[in-house]
Amino acid sequence: MSKTAGAPKVANLNDLLAVAYQIEIDAVDRYKLLADQMETHNNPDLVKIFRDLARAEGIHGEEIRRMAGDFDVAARAREIAKFEKSESPEEADLGSAHYMMTPWHALQLSLAGEERALAYFTSIVENTKDPKVKTLAAELVEEEAEHVQLVHRLLQRYPKPSKNWADDLDPPVSQE
Amino acid sequence: MAASRSISIAIIGSGGAGALTTVDSLLETAAAAGWHGLFTRTLGPQIRGGEAAGLLRLAVDPVESLPDRFDLMIGIDWLNAHRFGAEIKAGNQTLVISDPRGGDLPPMVTQSGARVVEIAMKEMAKAIPDGRPNMIALGIAGRLLGFTVEQAFAPIAKRLADKGPAAIEASLAGIKVGFGAAAGIDFGVQLAAPKPSKVRRWLLSGNEATALGAIRGGIRFAAAYPITPATEILEWLAPNLTKVGGTLLQAEDELAAINMIIGASYGGTPALTATSGPGLSLMIEALGLATSAEIPIVVVDVMRGGPSTGIPTKSEQGDLNIAIYGMHGDAPHLVLAPQSVGDCVFTTQWATYLAEALQAPAIILSDQFMGQSRAAIERPADVAFIGARSIASEISGPYMRHAMTANGVSPMAIPGTRGGQYTADGLTHSERATPTSGAADHLAQLDKRRDKLDRFNFGDHWASVEGAGDLAVITWGSLTGAAREAVALAAADGIDARMVAPRLLAPVLPERMAAALAGVKRILVVEQTHGGQFNKFLRAHYDLPAPVRAFNRPGPLPITAGEIHRAIAVWR
Amino acid sequence: MSSVAYKQADYKSDVKPIWCPGCGDYHVLMSFGRAFAQLGLPPEQIAVISGIGCSSRIPAYTNCYGFHGVHGRSLALAAGLKVTRPDLTVVVASGDGDGYSIGGNHFLHACRRNIDMTYVVMDNHIYGMTKGQPSPTTEPEFDTALSPGGTRVRPFHPLVVALASGANFIARCFSGDPNQTADVLAEAIKHPGFSFIEILSPCVTFRPDEKAWKEQVHPAPVTETSDQGKAARRLMTDDGFNIGILYRGTRTPYQPAAGATNIDLSELEKDFEL
Repeated sequence: MSKTAGAPKVANLNDLLAVAYQIEIDAVDRYKLLADQMETHNNPDLVKIFRDLARAEGIHGEEIRRMAGDFDVAARAREIAKFEKSESPEEADLGSAHYMMTPWHALQLSLAGEERALAYFTSIVENTKDPKVKTLAAELVEEEAEHVQLVHRLLQRYPKPSKNWADDLDPPVSQE
Repeated sequence: MAASRSISIAIIGSGGAGALTTVDSLLETAAAAGWHGLFTRTLGPQIRGGEAAGLLRLAVDPVESLPDRFDLMIGIDWLNAHRFGAEIKAGNQTLVISDPRGGDLPPMVTQSGARVVEIAMKEMAKAIPDGRPNMIALGIAGRLLGFTVEQAFAPIAKRLADKGPAAIEASLAGIKVGFGAAAGIDFGVQLAAPKPSKVRRWLLSGNEATALGAIRGGIRFAAAYPITPATEILEWLAPNLTKVGGTLLQAEDELAAINMIIGASYGGTPALTATSGPGLSLMIEALGLATSAEIPIVVVDVMRGGPSTGIPTKSEQGDLNIAIYGMHGDAPHLVLAPQSVGDCVFTTQWATYLAEALQAPAIILSDQFMGQSRAAIERPADVAFIGARSIASEISGPYMRHAMTANGVSPMAIPGTRGGQYTADGLTHSERATPTSGAADHLAQLDKRRDKLDRFNFGDHWASVEGAGDLAVITWGSLTGAAREAVALAAADGIDARMVAPRLLAPVLPERMAAALAGVKRILVVEQTHGGQFNKFLRAHYDLPAPVRAFNRPGPLPITAGEIHRAIAVWR
Repeated sequence: MSSVAYKQADYKSDVKPIWCPGCGDYHVLMSFGRAFAQLGLPPEQIAVISGIGCSSRIPAYTNCYGFHGVHGRSLALAAGLKVTRPDLTVVVASGDGDGYSIGGNHFLHACRRNIDMTYVVMDNHIYGMTKGQPSPTTEPEFDTALSPGGTRVRPFHPLVVALASGANFIARCFSGDPNQTADVLAEAIKHPGFSFIEILSPCVTFRPDEKAWKEQVHPAPVTETSDQGKAARRLMTDDGFNIGILYRGTRTPYQPAAGATNIDLSELEKDFEL
């Protein structure tokens, strides 16, 4: 099944801006949630990484809002930006989090999100009949492609963890 | 460097650092070298990745309580460690090893005057492929305690046996680096040489000890509903009961569990379940049934912070009231309490024996501190208490299940025995077990169930009575070890005190207690409750021949020997 | 209902969950917020009632009224609350241990009674909080410390039991699809009577094998029905991973007997007058 099945219908430029905006703030919320989880579970390196990612996505969201000018992207997004079959494309997969996850893992989550967003905007470029939408979508594709490259560059800095990365010799705790 | 009789170490870390495993491993190393030890832990609220502190006390003699101060503290990291401030005390003699990148030192360190030495454990670990900071910490602790690398490494090699050679190599390398890093440090404390002993050494938790005691006593059926901190008893029994021909059944809840064991026992199989406060509350009605129908069962309550859901991961002694008084009506039964990790073996075995001999339920009040601590002890001796129920066989004539006998115990017909058919009942019944509402029968059976307990000779195991001073410390359960140590500390100060710690809480034995308290001029009652349950219990059932002071405090903090010693010392 | 527009975030408290990162319950919490926002329910009009277990920690993580009760008795608490406060929206949260084991008996009678409430069971096929004992929905061959070699006992089928006992709305969802779960939850809340949703919610710590659930869940191959016979036949071929609303019944929700209002007490005292 296509990754973008059930994606919201983008009828015009403002709709595309609204959806793109929603994608960014969903990603911000998701990274913030992950940062909180990492903080509660005493993984400070990952707290920083997720807060940085949240900040970066927040900046993208702001850019999109500026592009929209007077148009209320947030309101329009609430009306149309529902992804049926899956979550917002750029949202990191919560099920892949782990209290001992390493920076490499966080970047993999981020990469998967960026690639999903890239695929989504690419499908709009391919399927839309509206030239304005096509132009903006193409810009967004370029932007996401840059993000993908950035994550790949960051991944160079972090080695893939050894197969024992999740070994916690201490047992889980029964709190009740 | 003067030799010390005991040394205490705390290792603190979070987020999967493995602090607890490190301390557990040290316990094993020390035990192998001939020392005694006690390992407990304190934790954050997370299920995984939380902040954790492993607390270890090593000594020449058996260890049954925690220290007032720690000699050595290693902080792999200090994230959220301030939470442990009240429990892990440092003093100006304490050596604290801290990772400069492990977060800020918590107030319990900075305000203590402790000597802080920085060792960059995280960085050192990074330099080793697959290295872990807790292995560095283990090496540091091992060196400071005077072990060799091999001794420190041996338990880890066992634990990592199925993780592959790379993990094992990385750990050994980490330990060696830790040893190196600690080389220049003058700890100033050294554990006195262990006493040579011919008896084998064991490492086990109170819960495991309880489970073993049950099997030794003859338990061959267990019903299981998990609850913190008792689940380990049931999980140890699951495979091990099967090995001795017994069975464990998982129940859907505590109501099912208690009724299952009554059914099994009615059929002739000694039966047990284990739970904690909330579960015991649910089981009370059926305990009354077992009492009335004279069916032996054993219920272990590993007490935790209460009331209600309470503090599941911490110890308290607040279930005394419900264990003794919980049943509606007059329902005398057995209540016992082990006094240490090792004593869990004996007390559970003895309780099983008593339940079977007296055809009554036995409630064993263990607690989280004993249940979930691991101790290095000498192998508990085999004792001759094995459940021997009075069984009716060769029945001729009408069978009197609840016959009035000299000692109050009437032989029980096991289903399948011809001529012994009867219906066990919670309804008030006659000697034949048939329901009755008559005054004479009711009185007779009430007398029988009370007298069978009161007439029994419980022997010397009913309490630990030690010393002969005129100040008596009366306590019970897991506080026995701290009280014993406090009495020793008082003796060193020239104060002559004695300790009385009942192991049998019900039925009460007024003559034995009177003998134990002969000549006493002051009585200090020590317990871990908010409401002084034990104090009130003693006053209700025993003549206390001297003025009484109460030292009671609820959980979650343990009561230490030092605190009890101070309470003794100020009372002249 | 209020005319204020609520967002998912309005239903989230600032208490940080102790759930392990990777736990399906984080998604369920999101679904709660999305569903409540969809329905425009003021947070203070919602009561989230739970028992004991990881899933049962959810009330404190919401911004609604909550009750973290004792093990297995959440449905009883909820019944007392709803019958006396029909104005509230009552959502009961449980897990496969709390709900189907110790709570099993209350489950039967809650379905029978059909009081208007929504029962959400986060099923991870294991007892998570007490560290990995089998639950009534654990596969019979799954090895655990308390059941070496597996329980060898047939798992509980909650949807079947719900249908047989009279539940008025029956669905199964997957936590990994929080939007769909939110939609189903909103439907369940709107539907009168006892609504039951089983949410498959993987346990990352004790059932890492449940990562595969993402691939195993699939939309139910049929549309929902209000015919009990049809629903029963569908359940006979249920593989445990059919996602969607199975059954939407037509029973009238439970109403306590209506009495006359405002009788003067002197009327009652007439009984005793000579």
